[in-house]
This record gives sequence, C-alpha cells and structure tokens, in this order.
Amino acid sequence: MHFALATLMSGGGGAVNDGPIAAALKNFSNWLTEPTRYSVASILAVAGILYFRKFFSKISVITIFFVLSTAFFVFAFQDPNFNAIITKPDNVPIVILFATVIFFTWLALRRAVINDERTKRGEPTLEGELSKQKVFTWPDLVYSELICLVLFTAAMLVWSILITAPIEEPAATARTPNPSKAPWYFLGLQELLVYFDPWLAGVVLPSFIVVGLCAIPYLDTNPKGNGYYTFEERPFAISFFWVGFLLFWVSFVILGTFLRGPNWSFFGPFEYWDLHKLEPMVNVDLSTYFWVGLLDKPRPDNALLREAPGIVLLVGYFLVLPPLLGKTVMKKMVTDLGMIRFNVFMHLFLWFALIPVKMGLRWTVNLKYFIGMPEYFFNV
Amino acid sequence: MTKLFKYVRESQIWKSVFRHGYPDTPRNRTLAVLSNVFLHLHPVKVRRSGIRLSYTWCMGGLTFFLFLILTLTGLLLMFYYRPTADKAYEDIFALREHVPIGVMREMHRWGAHLMVISVWLHMYRVFLTGSYKPPREFNWNVGVILLVLTLLLSFTGYLLPWDQLAVWAITVGTNMARATPFLGHEGPGAALVSFGGIDFIHAGDDVRFGLLAGRFVGEGALLRFYVLHCVGFPLIAATLMAVHFWRVRKDGGISGPL
Repeated sequence: MHFALATLMSGGGGAVNDGPIAAALKNFSNWLTEPTRYSVASILAVAGILYFRKFFSKISVITIFFVLSTAFFVFAFQDPNFNAIITKPDNVPIVILFATVIFFTWLALRRAVINDERTKRGEPTLEGELSKQKVFTWPDLVYSELICLVLFTAAMLVWSILITAPIEEPAATARTPNPSKAPWYFLGLQELLVYFDPWLAGVVLPSFIVVGLCAIPYLDTNPKGNGYYTFEERPFAISFFWVGFLLFWVSFVILGTFLRGPNWSFFGPFEYWDLHKLEPMVNVDLSTYFWVGLLDKPRPDNALLREAPGIVLLVGYFLVLPPLLGKTVMKKMVTDLGMIRFNVFMHLFLWFALIPVKMGLRWTVNLKYFIGMPEYFFNV
Repeated sequence: MTKLFKYVRESQIWKSVFRHGYPDTPRNRTLAVLSNVFLHLHPVKVRRSGIRLSYTWCMGGLTFFLFLILTLTGLLLMFYYRPTADKAYEDIFALREHVPIGVMREMHRWGAHLMVISVWLHMYRVFLTGSYKPPREFNWNVGVILLVLTLLLSFTGYLLPWDQLAVWAITVGTNMARATPFLGHEGPGAALVSFGGIDFIHAGDDVRFGLLAGRFVGEGALLRFYVLHCVGFPLIAATLMAVHFWRVRKDGGISGPL
C-alpha cells in the first residue's frame, strides 16, 4: 500500500515538464483514481447525488459538470500519457459511454425529481399529462424515427471518415501482449478477477447477472412507478440499479479501459504504462488468519478441516442469514414478497453483496480467499 | 405533373402494392400502419408521452437501427473476407490499404461499439421508468436475452480481424470457460466428473474446447466464430427482435402511466 503510494506520488510520467498547478492536479488525479479510492469515491458520489438529488438535477449543475469535464479533458489531452490512452480509436466509444451515461442519469434524475414534486402536490406526472392524448403512429412516430435515422447515419459517416478502424499486428499465439484485455464491455468482469477466481468472476457471477436481470420483474412487486420517472415511489429499486449498473458495470469498464495497464496493474490517468511497475502481493487466506493468526497453530493438512472457518462463514452467509433477516429486520419484506420471492431475491442479493464485501476485506485486511482449496480449483 | 401522379397512383401496379390512399386522413393513417408488415410492428396510435425523446431517449430504436447498419455493412464485408488463418488478416488489411475513403469496416466497428452502449442505455431507461412491470415482464426477459446476444455478436466479431488485439481479447475472454464448474478442466468439481479412474473433463474436451474447437484460439475458433457471427446469432437476434417489438405493441405500446 505505502509502496504503491510512493511510486504514485513520484509521478510515473517523469519526462513531462509541468507547472506546479498542473503537476499538482495530475498527481491528485493519479492519487484519486487508485482503485480503492476510486471505488469509495464513486460509492460516496452515488449516495450523495441520490440524497441531494434536488440540487444535482439542476440544469446549471450538469452544464457546469460538462464544462469542467471538457476543460479538464482539454488540459489533460496535452499530457502524453493521458493522450496515449484516450486517443486510441477503440477508446472513443468509452468516452461516449461516459458522457451519455452521465447525461441520461442526470436527465432521468431530473424528471424523477419533478415527478415526485408533482405527485406530492397532487398533480399528474410529466408523462401522465401527455399519456392521455393519443397520436397516430403515422406521421408522429414514423417521422421522428426517420429524422433520428438520417441524423444518426450522418454522424456515423462523419465518425467513420474521420477515424480509421485500427488493425494491429497479425495474430501470433506465441507473443502475448501486455496488458491482455478482454473486449471493453467485459472489463468490469475482468476487474472482478482481481478479487475472485475465474470460476466466479467469469462464469458464476455473469450467469447470476443474467438470471438476476431476468428475475427483476418477478421480484419487484411494487406496482408504483410503472411508465414514468420517479425516485421516491421506488427508492430501493432505483438505488440498487444505480449501484449495480453505474458502479459495478459502467465505472468498472472505464476503470478497466483507462486505468489498468500492463499486468493489470493500476495506472493513474497521467502515469506512464511502465511494464516493470511492481505491486506487492501480500494477500492472506482466511484459513491462515484463523489457524496461524488466531490459534497460533500450523494449518491442518486436511483441506476440509483447514478451510472449515471459511466454509462455516459462507454457509452462514448464504443459508443462515436470509431466514435470520426474514425473521427480524426484513419481516415486512417477507410478507410483501412471499417466501419464494424473498429467498430468490436474498440469494441473488447476497451474491451481489459478496463483491463489495470481498473488495472491502481485500483493501483493509488483504484477504485473499474465504475458502482457498486450489487442489480442487475451489477458491472463494 | 398532378395528372401524372394521379395516373401513377391509380394504376394497377401502384394499387397492388399500396392498399390505401395518401396517409393524411385517420383512416389512411391507420391503414398505412396496419397494411405494412414492417410498420405494423407499431401500434396504430401511441401515447404522446411515449414518443418524447426526453422519455424514451430513442435508445431502443437506435439499437435496432444499428443492427440494420451492421447487417448491411457486414454483408458487404463478407464479400471481401475469407475466414481462414492465413487470409483473414490479409483481407482486412487490404480493405484499409486498397480502398480510398473506405467506411464499411469503420461503420461496422464503430456501430458495433455503439450498439453495445445503446442497448445498455435502453435497458437503463426501461428500468428507470419501471417499464418491466406488469404486463411487460416477459418482454423485459426477451430484452435481456437480446442484450446478451448483442454482447455475443460483438464478442464473436471481435476475433474476425485476426490481429493481436482480436486473438488475445478472445483468449482472455474464453479462458474464463476453463473455470466453469464441473464443465471446465480448471473448474471446481471437474475432477469429480470421472468414472473408473478416467477423467471425462480435460483440456481436450471441456467447455472451452467446445467454444474454440481446439485447445487455443486457432483456425477452428475463427471459423466457428465467423459462422456464429454472420449467421447464427443474427438469425436468433432478428427473430427475437420481431418478438420484442410485437410484444411492445401487444403489451400496450410504449409504456406510460396507467
């Protein structure tokens, strides 16, 4: 941790000659985007934006945000390290992703805030007033579709003429590029590989994402908020999706594209992608903490006995926690949803929650595995 | 001129194609939508709130439109591309070297990136407006499958240029399949799938081998991905899209307050 910090503060770029303010800004950006701080800052940002949604849904706020982002972009563009990663043709879509997701999140939040206020005053929602009027598909819908189509084709053509699709050297299975990255939309999953083994990060968790998405309409029994933007009528659903989509998907894609370099090491936006950057590997299994740390004994040879603490912990997490919560703090939820829905929801939710839990434990106590049985490829 | 138009519009050929007059009356506007196999995926009338850009963001429509662009440009690219290990790279390289202001590959590549983004944003909008709620639960599920198909289409297409980026991105991606529980040779439980001391799951027959038609990303994988990319997935996606749009209409059009 301290070692990594020291390298960071010294600035990887080296050759760049900056004024004191520019250097400070760059160092601060590099410092802030380190994965731990990046994740904590994003969580705080999401919580803060939702809590102060009235302020953040103002037009002036989004305008200032985009002006400042553009200014930062122009400033950062002159830095060779930032420039090298941002001007890769295949990274242009990630910048588009960043801008559109922020804009549409703001737009949805704005409409939700307006609708919530109108509902409080007893007025119909923005959509409610207009939805009573019906218009003919021809021309009202067909024409706007046509206009979108023409404008969009023009934009696509301009983009395609301006930026040539890249092609790298011919495939060579003997030469592994460093970093080797999955396609950009899977980089959120590749980021999870830092914390979980491939069978979880690459197979089980993605399957649960798909299953979980499919289950949403059957698990969300709240009849409100159907067909209009709102926050206050479904605060949990919206917050949960924000965390899942904005933090664990989009922001990890951005992290994986711009801030992960050779050996999947972290590099600040203004840092040189040095092949030889060292990251100390000091992670410890739970079994070591238990047997060596707590009981001061060597770890048992029998794998099941050795990993017993982790197994007990995870069985408790997945099998004891749901009924326990259902009997106590989530009693109302059980009656609302029924047993089947509640249990399905809890299991999906606990898998989801395992991600931040494991990340937090990795950052604080360097936990490697709850259960570490490499002999059976069974590591959690 | 008016006379000529009138003549054309009253000819047998015109009338055999269009079964209604110019769509400027309610009756003809209804017929324009109902008598056209493509347009009839729309309802005849829609909520005024449902066609506002600030409500729908137009992302679903854009995704479909990108699918059309990708089909068209992809079809053109297929004329110049041979999915074999010694020709694939050469053909893609030739497209850049020999075609002045060639935009087909660019449109295809940037369009593919954008389609992934637009389909995510579409899902985001549908969630935030609660449009998956009854009666649209099933259509949300069709949408989730279409989202997965979009990613699979992009993933299979990623390999086709056969350059370093392609091969290694697919290697990193498919390496995950090694660790599939019970079905991958480095997955938990794979060792249990054995009978009389013979392991059934090993590097030569596990899930990853099935995906790649080999132990590494080679010629077999290229052909497999090519066929899935150009024929398999687009067919499934197109079919499900038809279901998706039709269900939007059947479930009450673009969502709005009840």
